[in-house]
Amino acid sequence: MTDEIHASGANQAEQHERLRRILLPVAVLVLGVVLWDLVVRINAIPPFVLPGPGLVFGTLIADWGILWASLLVTLETTVAGFLLAVAGGIGLAVLFNQSRALEHALYPYAVILQVTPVVAIAPLLLIYLPQQAAVLACAWIVAFFPVLANTTLGLNSVDHNLVALFELYGAKRRQVLWYLKLPAALPQILGGLRIAGGLSLIGAVVAEIAAGSAGAGSGLAYRIAESGYRLNIPRMFAALILLSVAGIIIYFALALMSHLMLRHWHESAVRREV
Amino acid sequence: MTATFAGTPLVIIHSVGKTFANGVVALDNLDLDVREGEFLSLLGPSGCGKSTALRIIAGLSEPTAGRVEWRAGAGARRQIGFVFQEPTLMPWATVSDNVRLPLKLRGESGADSAPRVQEALDRVGLAAFAGAYPRELSGGMKMRVSIARALVTQPTLLLMDEPFAALDEITRFRLNDDLLALWRALGKTIVFVTHSVFESVFLSSRIVVMTRRPGRVFTELAVDAPHLRDARFRTSAEYAALCRMASEALAGAMGDA
Ligand SMILES: Nc1ncnc2c1ncn2[C@@H]1O[C@H](COP(=O)(O)OP(=O)(O)OP(=O)(O)O)[C@@H](O)[C@H]1O
Ligand SMILES: [Mg+2]
Repeated sequence: MTDEIHASGANQAEQHERLRRILLPVAVLVLGVVLWDLVVRINAIPPFVLPGPGLVFGTLIADWGILWASLLVTLETTVAGFLLAVAGGIGLAVLFNQSRALEHALYPYAVILQVTPVVAIAPLLLIYLPQQAAVLACAWIVAFFPVLANTTLGLNSVDHNLVALFELYGAKRRQVLWYLKLPAALPQILGGLRIAGGLSLIGAVVAEIAAGSAGAGSGLAYRIAESGYRLNIPRMFAALILLSVAGIIIYFALALMSHLMLRHWHESAVRREV
Repeated sequence: MTATFAGTPLVIIHSVGKTFANGVVALDNLDLDVREGEFLSLLGPSGCGKSTALRIIAGLSEPTAGRVEWRAGAGARRQIGFVFQEPTLMPWATVSDNVRLPLKLRGESGADSAPRVQEALDRVGLAAFAGAYPRELSGGMKMRVSIARALVTQPTLLLMDEPFAALDEITRFRLNDDLLALWRALGKTIVFVTHSVFESVFLSSRIVVMTRRPGRVFTELAVDAPHLRDARFRTSAEYAALCRMASEALAGAMGDA
């Protein structure tokens, strides 16, 4: 009987905690918007300097057709770049894991790709590649390295005794990879994906902006640049908000995937029992 | 001390030495044979190279001197069960998947191996936890999963590295009894590493006492207590005498006799 009471008490505390984690950020958001509105109203700031939240929201609705189409273009690039980065990063890490020579030969170049700012590469790529391909390449370049680095780390941090155990039972290379190394590396791989998701959006945006100043383009970042030239500041803000929301959704989708895949066993996804 | 031991050698270790890359000499001139059907305990102070010796027997580590020879035709390399000093379970797999691993690596399907996995889990009393993940188990339960995994292939040689060191006395005694019953029922050869004098006397048919690092064989003693080893044996005068003998041997091996 007392046990039951305890259990429901713990349940209630858990629900409270969950509610708080949603309510607190929402409260901050409301507070921010109200403050923004007040600042604009009290100082009578003109819309081409800083539009109020009402105007931005109105623009978001009024221009929804254009913005939505642009968002889809940017998201398409982002998702394609992300998927290529995941395939390339995990694939290359597995290859590196199988062949030390290959790792030593190629890893430095992967690092170079990573440390060279994508803003500096984008204009060059736009010269040599068709615009679509160049934008995609940028999204890929920035997202690729975290997947590669994290997967490499994960594949190399397998418990040595488990490796010995597999060896003892005569496991083939393929079996060691599938049954031991990849599952053991899963938490790190998923961590890499979480970073890569946000980065591929950044890569796509950077390339679109670089391309936007060169002319044709229809992605969300291009809309931002274009609105900037035309001093259509409310639309700029609306597009910016849409971009942030897309980034947040990408982040949470990947976090959710990570949680679902690790919830049974990894400390990061399992609630600490107290 | 003179004693005769039954059983033909299964593995012979010829003057094996092991020097690690960092210069630590773990084993030096270790001569040892493991005889068919015996329960051999390696007893020695911490850090004397017991785990190293066990890994060399299993072929998981190469000796830097000497050699390890298997009885001709034993083909026994594949027939080893190994229980590491730590449970060494795959955290992402359930208890039954962990136990099934050696069979899966041989290419057996889940349906084929299910009865044997079940049987191995029954033996260690964990049938009810087949679907649990290692993190949901106590330290002792994890160790029992590790033992079930070593048993599932029905190995001819079972190598165990202090499998019960982290357990409480009651669980430990129970697993001691279980292990003895298993040994008697299945007729396996067991090499058991421990630094507990009492445990080695209770379990073994032969005890090899190793010196401090670098590990060598200091002496060995036969435990001739053929009758049933049960709770009564633990309190018998015979057991006490054997323990005293083993303790003295160990003290001698540690150089403070
Ligand atoms: N991989 C390694 N590299 C370097 N030195 C090692 C390595 N493994 C073990 N040693 C050293 O070899 C010696 C023997 O180690 P081992 O693990 O065999 O001892 P042990 O007898 O099993 O000890 P314990 O009873 O504490 O488990 C120790 O001094 C240890 O420091
Ligand atoms: Mg040890």
